[in-house]
Amino acid sequence: MDDIFGIPAPLLFGQLLLGLINGAFYALLSLGLAVIFGMLNVINFAHGAQFMMGAFVAWMLLEYAGLNYWWALILAPLLVGLFGVLLERTMIARLYKLDHLYGLLLTFGLGLIIEGIFRNQYGSSGLPYRIPPQLSGAWDLGFMFMPIYRGWVVIVAAVMCLATWLVIEKTKIGSYLRASTENAALVQAFGINVPRLMTLTYGAGVALAAFAGVLAAPIYSVNPQMGSNLIIIVFAVVVIGGMGSILGSVITGFGLGIIEGLTKVFYPEASSTVIFVVMAIVLLARPAGLFGRA
Amino acid sequence: MSPPRRPLLAALGGLAAMPATRLRAQNALGGRTIRIGVLTDMSGPYRDPTGMGSVACVQQAVADFAGALGLSAEVIQADHQNRPDIGSSIARQWYDQGVDAIVDVPTTSVALAVSTIARQKNKVFLNSGAASTELTGAACSPNTAHWAYDTYMLAKGTGAAVTRTGGESWFFVTADYAFGTVLQRDVTQFVEAEGGRVLGSVRYPFPATTDFSSFLLQAQASRAKVLGLANAGTDTANCIIQAREFGLTRRMRLVGLLMSLSEVHALGLPAAQELLLTESFYWDLNERSRAFAERVQPRMPNRAMPGAVHAGCYSAVAHYLKAAAALGPAVTQLDGAAVIAGMKAMPTDDDAFGPGRLREDGRKLHPAHLFQVKSPEESRGPWDYYKPVATTAAENAFRPIQEGGCPLVRSPAL
Repeated sequence: MDDIFGIPAPLLFGQLLLGLINGAFYALLSLGLAVIFGMLNVINFAHGAQFMMGAFVAWMLLEYAGLNYWWALILAPLLVGLFGVLLERTMIARLYKLDHLYGLLLTFGLGLIIEGIFRNQYGSSGLPYRIPPQLSGAWDLGFMFMPIYRGWVVIVAAVMCLATWLVIEKTKIGSYLRASTENAALVQAFGINVPRLMTLTYGAGVALAAFAGVLAAPIYSVNPQMGSNLIIIVFAVVVIGGMGSILGSVITGFGLGIIEGLTKVFYPEASSTVIFVVMAIVLLARPAGLFGRA
Repeated sequence: MSPPRRPLLAALGGLAAMPATRLRAQNALGGRTIRIGVLTDMSGPYRDPTGMGSVACVQQAVADFAGALGLSAEVIQADHQNRPDIGSSIARQWYDQGVDAIVDVPTTSVALAVSTIARQKNKVFLNSGAASTELTGAACSPNTAHWAYDTYMLAKGTGAAVTRTGGESWFFVTADYAFGTVLQRDVTQFVEAEGGRVLGSVRYPFPATTDFSSFLLQAQASRAKVLGLANAGTDTANCIIQAREFGLTRRMRLVGLLMSLSEVHALGLPAAQELLLTESFYWDLNERSRAFAERVQPRMPNRAMPGAVHAGCYSAVAHYLKAAAALGPAVTQLDGAAVIAGMKAMPTDDDAFGPGRLREDGRKLHPAHLFQVKSPEESRGPWDYYKPVATTAAENAFRPIQEGGCPLVRSPAL
């Protein structure tokens, strides 16, 4: 067996693949954050709670309405996105003119409240959610045992990232959005309803978090703190990619997944720290992030 | 959310919940009511195996024993949020305001702080929720009793029994902090004592890890027969779900070194089946445990079945009330150490754990059971989760008293 740096090659390939899978989650979650920050200038600290809500709504749809995973994949982002719209209309919209810090504090508080409500209602141990039968099982790749569901996650996440990027960079509505970030008053003068655009953007960002939550439900235990465990890493991804840069957060998400995966083989104790080490180095060299505009 | 207000509110809530008991107190004993405070995790990761279930079981113990023993007792409750600073300030406030005994207190760091305060103020601390053997080792106290379980019991009950039944090579996935590394070290000791070998281990950062697949793949590559999970709570749950996903369970036996009934319930049998774990209590163990579970179930949150820590709270308070009745309420409220000494002097016996005793170092002795989680086909209904595999007798289940280094044991005065 060939060894690479003392690690058997098959094990290393397996780890790279797993890194890519985790990277897909990071990319999808940081995408929503980047959209919200890039367009609304709000640092959405409730993102982890909204990710968790996606997973819980998927569980509820199955438990109370008998609707399976495929329905949840469509309905949960819609429902949680709608909740996001409600939050934006009633609270967050009032903070656009203030310093970033206010938005951060409000969304952080909202995140804590949402998490607390779910913990009170459903306990802290979590709830079971099965992998859909169509995607259960695994491929034997020779060097590793690859669950089909994980492959599905990578593909769906990549498609979703590409679709979001296309919408924002290549469509008319995307150009309105980018224009209103630059100069809202001017865009409004052209007869475009900028506040509604903002509301929909926040809703879409939240829906992306919920979508990631549904994808995560079968492989992570569905519990109220599942989002808060991930959110700090995802924030680091967004900062490294460049706050608000869509492409940056996607590429960084996948890249950091791989770096983290390798660290898990060579020095597992540091696997959660390595992302922050990368963040510190990037911020020293390029304060605006890898893909950010200074 | 300011710390001083929450315990106060929780305490007021507890008082409001027990008006009947209070009334009886004033009539029977001229105001001499024994006050028991349940200090636990109401909002964090240990909420389900402890939390309101512990409160329910303490209330059950009071209902079962206080009246019959001619005592009057009231139960109050608070959330320590798993933070030693918050736990300490509530404990001080409670003891100063006339709480006689504090019960449960999961999370070792908080439990050690409360134990110190109980000793300073000569009150009683009945621990059920924390796992560390420190409480009856170097940090033992004449005011503290440690009830349901500890890390030594878990390590021995699982490590030795699994190795003996054919699991002679192990790989550990360990949470990289004091609890995880100590648990791994203790289990390793028993595995090796039984002639088994540890082929490897991986320490992952706690609490920032959600995906364990990378570590599970390393475990698989080691070709060990047993995967020991030296972690707790949702980390264990995620490890089990993902181990099944990556097909580890086809060749390895999964062992949860700290698992509770509520976690098996949360995972569901399809994911948790075949898992091995050690517990000191299971509701369906015998006639008496079933009777206890049936009595307390209506009080439990979501009508859950009581777990080992819950049962520990019941058993500890039951025995405490018996000692209090023997000493009389006046001494009970004045001298906490005397109550604990009284508890050590008489044998324990209750529906949850059956007969047993409280050792000199404060360790409660009872058998430890190795269980295997049933498959969905074997289970007859909700909460029918475990089948017994092996039992370690009470006297052998816990760390021998000389090995703990508890100063009380050396002292001739005790």
